[in-house]
Amino acid sequence: MTALATSFWQDENFVNSLYILAVILFIVGLRGLAGPRTAVQGNKIAAVGMAVAVVATLIGEHVIPDAETAILIAVGIAIGTAIGVPAARSVKMTAMPQMVALFNGVGGGAVALIAWSEFRGDFVGSTGAWDDKVMIASLFAAIIGSVSFWGSNIAFAKLQEILPGRPISLPGQQVINLLLLLVCIASAVAIVAGEHSQLVFIVGILAAAAILGNMVVLPIGGADMPVVISLLNAFTGLSAAAAGIALDNYALIVAGTIVGASGSILTNLMAVAMNRSVPSIIAGGFGGGGELPAGAGAGAGGGGTARSTSAQDAAIQLAYARQVVVVPGYGMAVAQAQHAVRGMAVALEKKGVEVKYAIHPVAGRMPGHMNVLLAEADVPYDQLKEMDDINPEFGRTDVSLIIGANDVTNPAANDDPGSPIYGMPILEVDKSASVIVLKRSMNSGFAGIDNPLFYDPKTAMLFGDAKASVSDITAELSNL
Amino acid sequence: MDLVTQLGVLVLAAFVGFEVISKVPNTLHTPLMSGTNAIHGIVVLGGLLVMGHAVTDNDTVSKILLVIAVIFGTINVVGGFLVTDRMLGMFKRKPEPAQSEGDRS
Repeated sequence: MTALATSFWQDENFVNSLYILAVILFIVGLRGLAGPRTAVQGNKIAAVGMAVAVVATLIGEHVIPDAETAILIAVGIAIGTAIGVPAARSVKMTAMPQMVALFNGVGGGAVALIAWSEFRGDFVGSTGAWDDKVMIASLFAAIIGSVSFWGSNIAFAKLQEILPGRPISLPGQQVINLLLLLVCIASAVAIVAGEHSQLVFIVGILAAAAILGNMVVLPIGGADMPVVISLLNAFTGLSAAAAGIALDNYALIVAGTIVGASGSILTNLMAVAMNRSVPSIIAGGFGGGGELPAGAGAGAGGGGTARSTSAQDAAIQLAYARQVVVVPGYGMAVAQAQHAVRGMAVALEKKGVEVKYAIHPVAGRMPGHMNVLLAEADVPYDQLKEMDDINPEFGRTDVSLIIGANDVTNPAANDDPGSPIYGMPILEVDKSASVIVLKRSMNSGFAGIDNPLFYDPKTAMLFGDAKASVSDITAELSNL
Repeated sequence: MDLVTQLGVLVLAAFVGFEVISKVPNTLHTPLMSGTNAIHGIVVLGGLLVMGHAVTDNDTVSKILLVIAVIFGTINVVGGFLVTDRMLGMFKRKPEPAQSEGDRS
C-alpha cells in the first residue's frame, strides 16, 4: 500500500476490520437462532454481515482494476439475484429440503469453479515460485466443493422425485468410491509435486470428485436424507474455509468453519437419533425404501391382524380424550396435510381437548422438517414437543394420532433386540391409552421393518390419504 | 499470511461454531440449516477477489468460470437468507399471553 495512491478504505487493515465486523454479525445472528422469538432478527443480522463482507471485498485495492471486471461482477450478481429471489419466494414449505440441497450445491459448485480459475491463473504452465499452501488449500477446496455440488444435486433430484428415493447402488460400490477418492488424492499429490497440467486437474480432481459425489449419495435412501443434507452442508462450509486459506481471506475461513461446525453437529445429532453411525449411513443401501407411495404391499402377514377404523369412530375417540398427541411423519409432508391437521387440532381444542405435537428429530427429510411444516400451518411452536419432552407424557395421553410416521414409533426399537432398528430412540406412543394410525396401506416403513404397534389391540388403523382422512375426522368432529 | 495463524483462526472458529450452534433447539433446525447455508455463500467473495486476475490475464475460460461462480454464490446467499426469513416468519407463539416467556433451548 502506498500512502498517496490509495485511499484509506482500500487499506488492507480497514478491509480486514470490516471482515471482523461481518464475522461478529454472523455469530450474533446465529446466536439469535437459539430461540424462535429472536430468530427472525438473527437471520437479518447475519444477512447484514454478508452485505458488509461483500462491500469490504469490493472496495479493496486491486479488486476491481478495470471496467470489464466491474461489469462481469455486476452481471454475475444480477443473474444470481434474479434466480435466487424468485426461487426463495415461491418455494413451497414441503419442498424445503430440496431447496436447501440446491442452495447448498451451488455453494459447493462456486468453490470448485473458483479453485479451477485460480489454478488456471496461478499454476498452469508455471515452472516454479508457486506456493504450496495456496495450492494444497485450493485442491482441497476443489475436491470437497465438487463432491458437495454433485452430491447435493443428487440429493435434490431424489427429494424432488426426479430420481427414485430408494437406494441405487452398483456392486462393489464401496471399492469404487475408495478408488475415486484415491484418484483425487493421487492427482492432488502429482499437482503439488510439480505436474501443473490442467488435464490432471480437470480429470483427476474435478471429474473424479464429481463422480464420487454422485456415487456417495445415490445409494442413500430417502429417510436418511436428513443426515446427507447436514453432511453436505458441513462439506460446503469446509470447502469455503479451505478457499479462504488459499485466498488469504479471514472472512471465508471463519464463516466457512462455523458452517462446517454447524453441519457436523447436525449430522451427528441425526445419526444419534437413528442409532446408526455416520459411516454406515454413508455406506448406504439401508432398507428397500418401500416408502409411503406404492411399493410391495407385504407387511400385513407378520404379527397378527390390524384393526381398521372409520373417520367417525376416530373422531369420537379423539373428541372424548383429555390429551391427544399428534405424531407427524414424512407422510404428512407428502400429503400436504399440515393445514388440515391444524384445522383438526383447532376443532379438538374447541371441545376442550389438549393437543400436542411430538416431533422426532429425524421425522421428514431434513432436520426440523416437521416443525417448519406445522409452523406454516400456524401451529404455535409451544405445542411442538421434542422427543425427550414428550416421551414422559405418553403415559398421560388418551390418544396418540400418528400421521404418516412409522419407524419412529416402532416399539421393536425398544423391545426386540433382533430388530434392525433396535436401540433407535423412538416416540413411545405405545405407552398411551390408545393409538390411531393414519396410513395409506399396510406397507412397511422406510426401513422395511414390520411395526408391531399396528397389531397392538389398542391401535386402530385409519387407511387412506392423510389429508383426506384428517379432513374427514374434522368434518365428523363438527357433527358431534 | 502464514498457514499456522490461519489454522489457529480456523480452530477457534470451529469452537465458536460448536458453542453457538449447539444451543439451537430441534424446532429451528431447518432454518438453522438454511441460514448457515446462506452464510457459506460467502464463497462469492472468492469469485469477486479472483475476477480481476482473470480479466488482467485476459483468460476467457476463467472469466466464464468466475461469472458462473458469482452467479452460484449469489443464488446461495440471496436465496438462502430470503428463504430462512420466510420460514422463520411462520414460527409463532400461542396467541394467549398467559404463558411465561420461556426460551425453548
